[in-house]
Amino acid sequence: MQALTNRAQQVERKPMSLLERAYLPAIFRGMAITFGHMFKKRPTINYPEVTRPFSPVFRGLHILNRDEEGRENCTACGLCAVACPAEAITMEAAERSAGEEKLYREEKYAAKYEINMLRCIFCGLCEEACPKDAIYLSETFAPANFQRKGFIYGKDDLLIPHPITEPEAHAKAKGGRVSLK
Amino acid sequence: MLLSIGLPLIIEKLVLIVVVVMSSLVIAMYATFAERKVAAIMQDRRGPNRAGPFGLLQPLADGLKLFFKEEIIPNLSSKFLFILGPCLAMLTAMMTGAVIPWGDKVHFFGRDISLQIADVNIGILYVFGVVSMGVYGIMIGSWASNNKFSLMGGLRAASQIISYELAMGIALIALLMTTGTLSLKEIVQQQQEHWYSWNIIKQPLGFLIFLICAFAECNRTPFDLPEAENELIGGYHTEYSSMKLGFFLFAEYINMFLSSSVMVSLFFGGYDIPFVNDASLAESIGTNWVALIHAGVFLFKAACFLFLFMWVRWTIPRFRYDQLMNLGWKILIPLALINMLATGAFILLQQNNWHF
Repeated sequence: MQALTNRAQQVERKPMSLLERAYLPAIFRGMAITFGHMFKKRPTINYPEVTRPFSPVFRGLHILNRDEEGRENCTACGLCAVACPAEAITMEAAERSAGEEKLYREEKYAAKYEINMLRCIFCGLCEEACPKDAIYLSETFAPANFQRKGFIYGKDDLLIPHPITEPEAHAKAKGGRVSLK
Repeated sequence: MLLSIGLPLIIEKLVLIVVVVMSSLVIAMYATFAERKVAAIMQDRRGPNRAGPFGLLQPLADGLKLFFKEEIIPNLSSKFLFILGPCLAMLTAMMTGAVIPWGDKVHFFGRDISLQIADVNIGILYVFGVVSMGVYGIMIGSWASNNKFSLMGGLRAASQIISYELAMGIALIALLMTTGTLSLKEIVQQQQEHWYSWNIIKQPLGFLIFLICAFAECNRTPFDLPEAENELIGGYHTEYSSMKLGFFLFAEYINMFLSSSVMVSLFFGGYDIPFVNDASLAESIGTNWVALIHAGVFLFKAACFLFLFMWVRWTIPRFRYDQLMNLGWKILIPLALINMLATGAFILLQQNNWHF
């Protein structure tokens, strides 16, 4: 029969020599291999204490951004909801009333902003669609939850902490990548 | 002397028994932990490291888990024998420790206390008798489970242990011809003078055969066919749960520790400290400290053997059953016989001043 590839090899079937039949040299060789593995570097990471760094293009949980004065960027234009292929984003817009200038940057803001993390595919299209730099995908991922409604993240879950009143939490949520304008 | 059994002697022996039993239990507990750790580091993993510092409380957690599991006795099993099986396995595993000399002697309350529970003059025969009893635990347990797989495991265990005991016994005869005594204490004392008076030098082939048979007796890989999980589920302990299963698993580790101890006493000088003159050491730091060091050295040697057991387990795959029987009957027994004849001829020649 003609071989289909040139990788075929004839199996060696000659009887074992006395040394091979004694098995012990082979066993010692095997034991030397396993002993050598005791000194190899272990690739395991002690997870909760040590975490692997995320890649710079990792797309995790969303955050709603604030500017450096702590005002929300989002104007509830709805472009992210339109861009979302999984239809995970819903929002309700409201008009800024007098005295709320410190809370919202523009005259219109999102009164309700919800992302269903069970629907979200973390594609990042919302981030690209946003004209106001208001939504970013961060370096964390959605933690487990016991109920479905626990995965619907509202504004209080998504908003980045205030940069002036809570600078440390803000820096942590911001991570290394989100730029603030 | 023969009938001078007083209260102090009884108390002394009771304390010794409790210490030996407790320490072999603790060592077996930590052997399970060491097994998992050794397996892990040989496979480039980390192993249990969550319970306590370095995972040192893991055996406690495992034991507690076994205790809290539901105890199931199958309906159609023979209930008395079903319970007797693991008890017998545990009992015979613990009994071997009685004749092993853990150290020379300590001096307390004006008495010399020997660190051996019973210095019987047929010590090694007693060990063999008890080890052969061990197979009853497995056989009774497997038969009483009323389960085909258990029975298969039990049959395998029985035939394997009986086959390998022959080679083991013959290998030992050669050793006993050189020592001229069956008492483990005397065998150890003969090996005290130099490191090259250890019996491993005199009987290397005998030691190799003994070691291989010890692996088979302990049902350890590559001879763990009685519990071959990919063909027999759990083998003889398929139907067991909770602490009865724990007893079987535990008995295996105690057997491992005690067979390591037997090998240390027979071939590696027992509690002998290599390159050290024990008598002069005893004069300089006192008998009790020397006894402590002796026990430590003994345990260290036994621990090395335990490591060897684990090392082999995580290196070598399991034998096929016909290969196992071939190795036992066609290779080990003839080898052991040749070893015995050669030793006998050597001793005769030596006694005859090298004249034929």
